[in-house]
Amino acid sequence: MKYLQGKAGWAILLALALLFPLVAGNNYQLYVMSLAFIFAIATAGMNLITGYTGQLNLGHAGFMAIGAYTVGILTVTYEWPFWGAFAMSGVVAGIIGFFVGIVSLRLKEHFFAIFTLCVGFIIYLIIEKWDSVTGGTVGIIGIPGPAPIGPIEFNSAVSQYYLVVFFLVVSLWLMHRIVNSLLGRTFVAIRNSDDLAQALGINLMRNKTLSFVLSTIYAGVAGGLYAGYVRFLGPDLAGTHYTFDMITFLLVGGIGTLLGPVAGSLLVAWVTQYLQFLADYRMLVFGPLLVLLVIFFPHGIVGFYYKKRMEREMKKAAAAAQANRAQAVNKEAGNNA
Amino acid sequence: MLKIESLTKQFGGLTAVRDVTVSFEKGKINAIIGPNGAGKTTFFNLISGMHQPTSGRIVFKGIDVTRMRADQVARLGVARTFQTTHLFDKATVFDNLIVGHRLRTKSGFWDVMFNTKRLREEERACRKKAEEVLDFVGLSHAAHRLAADISQEERKRVAFALALATDPDIVLLDEPAGGVNPEETVGLAELIKKMVNHGLTVCLIEHKMDMIMGLADKIMVLDHGEKIAEGTPAEIRSNPVVIEAYLGSEHAAA
Repeated sequence: MKYLQGKAGWAILLALALLFPLVAGNNYQLYVMSLAFIFAIATAGMNLITGYTGQLNLGHAGFMAIGAYTVGILTVTYEWPFWGAFAMSGVVAGIIGFFVGIVSLRLKEHFFAIFTLCVGFIIYLIIEKWDSVTGGTVGIIGIPGPAPIGPIEFNSAVSQYYLVVFFLVVSLWLMHRIVNSLLGRTFVAIRNSDDLAQALGINLMRNKTLSFVLSTIYAGVAGGLYAGYVRFLGPDLAGTHYTFDMITFLLVGGIGTLLGPVAGSLLVAWVTQYLQFLADYRMLVFGPLLVLLVIFFPHGIVGFYYKKRMEREMKKAAAAAQANRAQAVNKEAGNNA
Repeated sequence: MLKIESLTKQFGGLTAVRDVTVSFEKGKINAIIGPNGAGKTTFFNLISGMHQPTSGRIVFKGIDVTRMRADQVARLGVARTFQTTHLFDKATVFDNLIVGHRLRTKSGFWDVMFNTKRLREEERACRKKAEEVLDFVGLSHAAHRLAADISQEERKRVAFALALATDPDIVLLDEPAGGVNPEETVGLAELIKKMVNHGLTVCLIEHKMDMIMGLADKIMVLDHGEKIAEGTPAEIRSNPVVIEAYLGSEHAAA
């Protein structure tokens, strides 16, 4: 398993993602994969506030919809170029996220979760009812795809797939930076215990708000990508079931781990695809699978991998310590003799 | 160093701390004792800014900290431990300690984005601090063990180390020897003495009388939220009011 660690491990994963179009049998597989990656970006954001900072945000899909509608409205109604609108998707989601954050983060634990559930639903209702701006239940159609950047065009399924992979890699790289820095440690301290973190001089409100805003920017950018990829939008995207999908991705992949969101969204996407032939009965298979997973892999797939690795390292360290002691004892025996 | 003037805290109709006036001197070990529910932990919560007092004043190093938040008080140099220490069990002891020095660093989000020099220097400073405090509490050998795998006594030492990593002037210890066996208690008492010898002021809540009597310079006794006695261990031991509070009035009469 050594080769899965460090830079080499990342290179292998990246290579797999880059080579996928070569083994993909058709564009549909690329489509499933691209959508899974887009949701992985949104889920990575949710992972920051929920997995690392410990605040269960149940309105996350709402922020993804805000990002998507920003692109949809700006490109279709105001005829902005795609990339300008796309840049705004994260900005708008982040600004709205800031104001929602400073209010909702005054609440803790369940109260925060319930409050954000309501926020998500309010976002959904606003999108559904505000016909003149959002197109109401009809939604927005005819969103332009990503415009070409210089000689690179994004017309084919493969090029769009690579575009999504690019944003996924950038998102994960930034997330890697954040969670492994002092900032990430600050977030984890808050997750462990609000009180202890505050006693250590950590400003709870400021750090929680920062984490929340960053998570909504991730959601917004994922939404912007979604809009450019799927090319039509409905209020449905803000629905709570998408938030709960993301929670499922986190649980399956491993909450509070960097790659958990990716592993979760990929696995769930493909399992769902393979169970497609069962139509409505697929949940009968999917449900028990999820239960088994939670029983046997309570930390998710990536969490399981980390746990095993940690155990191995601890065992090695213990063996080394043992050897050292044995050596010391031998030496002493030698000296005495 | 720390002056408390007629501090009162009411939770609805319950007065948890009533009109307590006391001052803690620099470089001394101050103990707070009292029966369960006497308001000792609430008293700590008030000093450390976790709860806002109903009335009264708290002055630390000449600064009025009465209405400050816990993180602001911590930055001024008041560290505390809790009865139970919440460590991140899936990480090593060392990893758990790095964040302890965070309050003395300034790096924010943009430093992280651009991986600035300041951030790298501050990360180094935090690691160095973690090593230093781990060495101070005598746990260097356990640095790379999982927080989940260490003993209760080691957990207490890690809690001390976390408090020390904040570079405090005064350390509030809430039951530092709770759930720890007698021999280990002696070791922890030694550690508390060592902290004072290094210029810290200590204030602790404890139920283990032999530990307190041997360790404290001054003891304050709380009962039903009120200060009923204050003095040296010898004075407290012979104080009839204290004996009554602990054992009931028949014993005091006898």
